[in-house]
Amino acid sequence: MDKKMSKQHDTPVNPKRRTTLKGLAGLGLGIFAGGFGIREASAAIKKVTMGFLYVGPRDDYGYNQAHFEGKSAIAKQSWVKAVDQENVPETIAVQKAMESMINLDGAQVIFPTSFGYFDPHILKIAPKYPDVMFLHCGGLYDASKHPKNVGSYFGYIDEAVYVSGIVAGHASKTGKLGYIAAIPIPQVLRNINNFTMAARSVNPKITVQVVFTGGWSNPVKEAESANSLIDQGVDVLTCHVDSPKVVVETAEKRGVYSCGYHADQSKLAPKGFLTGAEWNWSKVYLDYATLISKGTKIPNLVRGGFKEGLVKSSPYGKVVSAKARAHADKVRAQFMKGDFVVYKGPIKDNTGKVVIARGKEYGQTDIWLESMDWLVEGVVGRTKG
Amino acid sequence: MLPFAPFLIPLVAIALSLVLFGGFVGLAGADVQAVYQSIYRGAFGTWFSWQNTLTSAAPLMLTALCTALPARLGLIVIGGEGAVVVGGLAAALTGLVLVDANPWVALAGMALAAMLTGGLLIGLVGWLRHGRNVNETISSLLFNYISIAILSFLVIGPLRDPETLNKPSTHHIGDTHMLGALGDTSIHWGFGYGLIVCLLLWVLYKRTVFGFAVDMVGGNVRAALLSGLPVGRIVFLVCMMGGAAAGLAGMVEVAAVHGRANTSLNAGYGYEGILIAFAARHHPLAIIPMAILFGGIRASSGLMQRDHDLPDATSLVLQGIIFILILASEAVFARLAKRQGSAA
Repeated sequence: MDKKMSKQHDTPVNPKRRTTLKGLAGLGLGIFAGGFGIREASAAIKKVTMGFLYVGPRDDYGYNQAHFEGKSAIAKQSWVKAVDQENVPETIAVQKAMESMINLDGAQVIFPTSFGYFDPHILKIAPKYPDVMFLHCGGLYDASKHPKNVGSYFGYIDEAVYVSGIVAGHASKTGKLGYIAAIPIPQVLRNINNFTMAARSVNPKITVQVVFTGGWSNPVKEAESANSLIDQGVDVLTCHVDSPKVVVETAEKRGVYSCGYHADQSKLAPKGFLTGAEWNWSKVYLDYATLISKGTKIPNLVRGGFKEGLVKSSPYGKVVSAKARAHADKVRAQFMKGDFVVYKGPIKDNTGKVVIARGKEYGQTDIWLESMDWLVEGVVGRTKG
Repeated sequence: MLPFAPFLIPLVAIALSLVLFGGFVGLAGADVQAVYQSIYRGAFGTWFSWQNTLTSAAPLMLTALCTALPARLGLIVIGGEGAVVVGGLAAALTGLVLVDANPWVALAGMALAAMLTGGLLIGLVGWLRHGRNVNETISSLLFNYISIAILSFLVIGPLRDPETLNKPSTHHIGDTHMLGALGDTSIHWGFGYGLIVCLLLWVLYKRTVFGFAVDMVGGNVRAALLSGLPVGRIVFLVCMMGGAAAGLAGMVEVAAVHGRANTSLNAGYGYEGILIAFAARHHPLAIIPMAILFGGIRASSGLMQRDHDLPDATSLVLQGIIFILILASEAVFARLAKRQGSAA
């Protein structure tokens, strides 16, 4: 799988309607269909209709809100019609919702934003609608296996998590940081490892305690874990769950620092919020919309970090020291230039095994990093059991 | 009572619910008439919408039975979610064992394994109730959590297909072993299963000695015992049938939709089934239209969001209003009928 934005197996998107209603006669109710008929799409030559699906609520202060903000930003364009649907589970419901957007709203591009929407749901629906583009957030597109009208986009948000880790390393007095994570999958482990290595680059004595809650949205366990970590002396908390709201609010209530994730949570913790790693989907969605309205081909794979504008850091909180800001800004500038390598040997995992030998380095786009199953030295926690 | 009361009461209740719901969306600032149109269009307005509705209804018919069957015995079982989960898990595992078998054998094996596992889970709830006097509502609720935890443990741990990096799942059962759609539609066979199972159970309850015995145990356990009925066995069997229905819903999720077991099995079908069982007054045939109605509301939720900027919770509000009014109207009508009776 090639990671470059330009890598493509491109499909121009045809704005004409392509799916007609089938079997109107069914159950004798078809006669009613005419009255509520499908919107005539030929009137909308340049207008782009985009459909977004979120797995959780639009206002979750997290993953889904980040996408909703991206959608809201492009909906302001007069030539974009953006429709969206929240709380769509990763079941057949998402297949039906995508088809409904295509059949009833005339959507030309669908953005199913949850990871679990891809296989089997997008892969099942996309071949049925060859003129609709299905762009999935997660970066799983493989030109050799997947339909041409499918694409994927994802950001190297671990770069922004690294920057958060530096700020956290400067802020911590106890040397104990806490990470509340959903499940031990590569994407999550990579964030934890980045955060840990960044904090330890400030103070090598720092440890990061990890708690896996077992699910993407588990507010009760997230609150319990936050409290128990704070009781153990942790003074900076961060998380990788769909909504960081509970963790950030609990940290604020207990008087410890917090780093956000997905979207901006600074409002939830005016005293202790340090910074956070955020997506910048509005840029991605606007780029796509522009390409489509011009009739240009859409790349099947879009990837990027700070440099490409796909991720950003939340504004620093008041408590962040000038020294921490300077350090974090410096590293961010290196990411912007594209010459900062996080996974540079020697790196040991937290059982003492050398996972990256001295002299070896894995750049940001290296595929090896996408099957990560280890935790770096300094993390207190296990990926199994 | 009125001659068509069993049909009339829910219809009046549903009509009234729609009026109340109109007031609600009006307060939320939406165009009420347009919202009604969207619900109709999204749920029943086109053949495409009908397929959506029937697909959504499919698992609900089966999970509703998990609550409705034991309810005939006076038991309130809410363990449908757990039965779906363990059923789906068992189906996925059986599918992997039978991966080289003939598709029919594999599908039959998966269905049997799912029904047996789901059935044993809820059967255990029944046995705990009868043999150990453990409250069935609490135990079935707790079994849901245990089942979900077992599923998460297995799919993240020992049963995980290493290819499923960021969405841990079991290995795929193979495309040739997937359950297809009904004819040319996009409705999967789960809907057919639901119809058949509801009909069979209706016949069982209405037309057999076993059904009569169930009603007797439900009416008065002591009388049933005195008549020599094997109450413990009946409780176990009925709970087992309910669990088997929900387990079958889990098999359909795996065989018709995902091809694997993963945490998407725990999507709330079991909980929505409880609602439908109560709204259908635990009648196996009434479950069919109720599941279609609730499936339709689910299917139209998207249009309510997209056309009117209403939150997803709007469809839950409509479901809630219908649920409460159906239950309440039953009581009101019963009282009216009584008063009429005493006046005459």
